[in-house]
Amino acid sequence: MKVPENLKYTREHEWARIRGKVATIGITDYAQDQLGDVVYVELPDVADEVAKDEQFGTIESVKTVSDLFSPLSGEVIKVNEQLEDRPELVNEDPYGDGWMIQIQISDPDEIDELMSAEEYEAYLEEEAGSMEDEEDDDIDEDDE
Amino acid sequence: MDSNEKILKKTPLFGIHVKSGARMVEFGGWLMPVQYSGIKEEHLAVRSSVGIFDVSHMGEIEVSGLDALAFLQHLTPNDVSRIPTGFAQYNALLNEKAGIIDDIFIYRLEDNRYLLCVNASNTGKDWLWLNEKATGFRVELNDKSAQTALLAVQGPKSSLIMEKTAGMKIAGIKRLQVAEGEIGGIRAVFARTGYTGEDGFEIFFDAAQAEKVWELLIEAGKEHGLVPAGLGARDTLRLEMGYPLHGNDIDEEHTPFESNIGWICKLEKGDFIGKDVLVRQKSEGVKEKLTGAVLTDKGVPRHGYEVLSPDGEKIGVVTSGTMSPSLGEGIALVRIRSEYVGEGREIYIQVRDKRRKALTKTPPFCKK
Repeated sequence: MKVPENLKYTREHEWARIRGKVATIGITDYAQDQLGDVVYVELPDVADEVAKDEQFGTIESVKTVSDLFSPLSGEVIKVNEQLEDRPELVNEDPYGDGWMIQIQISDPDEIDELMSAEEYEAYLEEEAGSMEDEEDDDIDEDDE
Repeated sequence: MDSNEKILKKTPLFGIHVKSGARMVEFGGWLMPVQYSGIKEEHLAVRSSVGIFDVSHMGEIEVSGLDALAFLQHLTPNDVSRIPTGFAQYNALLNEKAGIIDDIFIYRLEDNRYLLCVNASNTGKDWLWLNEKATGFRVELNDKSAQTALLAVQGPKSSLIMEKTAGMKIAGIKRLQVAEGEIGGIRAVFARTGYTGEDGFEIFFDAAQAEKVWELLIEAGKEHGLVPAGLGARDTLRLEMGYPLHGNDIDEEHTPFESNIGWICKLEKGDFIGKDVLVRQKSEGVKEKLTGAVLTDKGVPRHGYEVLSPDGEKIGVVTSGTMSPSLGEGIALVRIRSEYVGEGREIYIQVRDKRRKALTKTPPFCKK
């Protein structure tokens, strides 16, 4: 799983690239892998307000609908319109062409609450580990 | 053992799927591969070259004996007597209300020996029903599901794969034809049938040989771009064709006339369970029908979403929906009031908090 060093992360598997007071936001490689083929992304409009840890859109794969949660609060200044015709960009290039929204950060203190790449990687190992345990519980070898 | 613990069944190919990196999901009590490389990729591969599906979770019930034909005629709406030996027919098991207990394929292997292929989630129910209704008929019923592996090779190049692995005679059987033969020296029943809308073959054989036959087909398919395909692609493929899925689009509460499969009802044949209801529906019509819809707005229709008239009145529900990989549009099977069924009628689908415009369309959504 790719986890670029220079980004910040959330437990909901979103990333933020922060340059000054502007943050670009998307979902991580782990998230797109879990989703499978993305078929539709619903994003807010420019000038909409988004709030930290609150839903700003939805992302759909063939089999699921998932909410997108914003890592930071602010005003939407740009939306990736490419995703309308090519939602698969999220799978192909989750940290590049698959970016979703760009916001003007309203509360810079929130940045400290985000995870670093190292912390996110540790979090992923924990998640993957606990998922494996779940699987073992569900799949009992045939007892009969 | 905790009685709440679910024991999921596995096909003989479970190990191979996991090794191939397939994502496994629960389906009808089974742990099945939903995708290997990706649903869209697998779907498009089946449409353009060939894919292979492990559908060993499905049920196989043999019906044989002097009254096999009479028995099957009694239980189903289609005319089983029209199946020549060595051919197959799409049919259904109906209850007294003409509700669909299961949709099935009947393969006539010998004059008095039929193989029923039934949905995985309904195998137990179908078996009980058949046994219950067998009283007074000289038939022998055999549930072969546990010993039978079933692989589906589907796509325009499927006959090339079959020629290489099972010989020209098998590769040359006609659509809906069934023949016994060998694949890699292993005895099997081959049928030119499928659930994808493409040319294809379904192969029934001894479950103990599953890995061997799978590897053989994978190897033979390499030069033709054969990919393993999972239930995700199986669903998008059948939905593009408008084929119903029991539990979603068809169920025990709705008759074939209400479910876009009225064509399987041959009311001119003798008596069968549910016939009186169908005769009445044929003359009086039905209040609700299953049909297709294509979204003209953005969005993905899904099972359970409400269908509305242009005036905003609820007129039905989405029974199956997806983003069509071939068309790039949202497609759905919808159960709506009969007066709204037609070509290009404007309806709306409530996709979460947004109302999305759609047009009715009699399936298939893809021309085949």
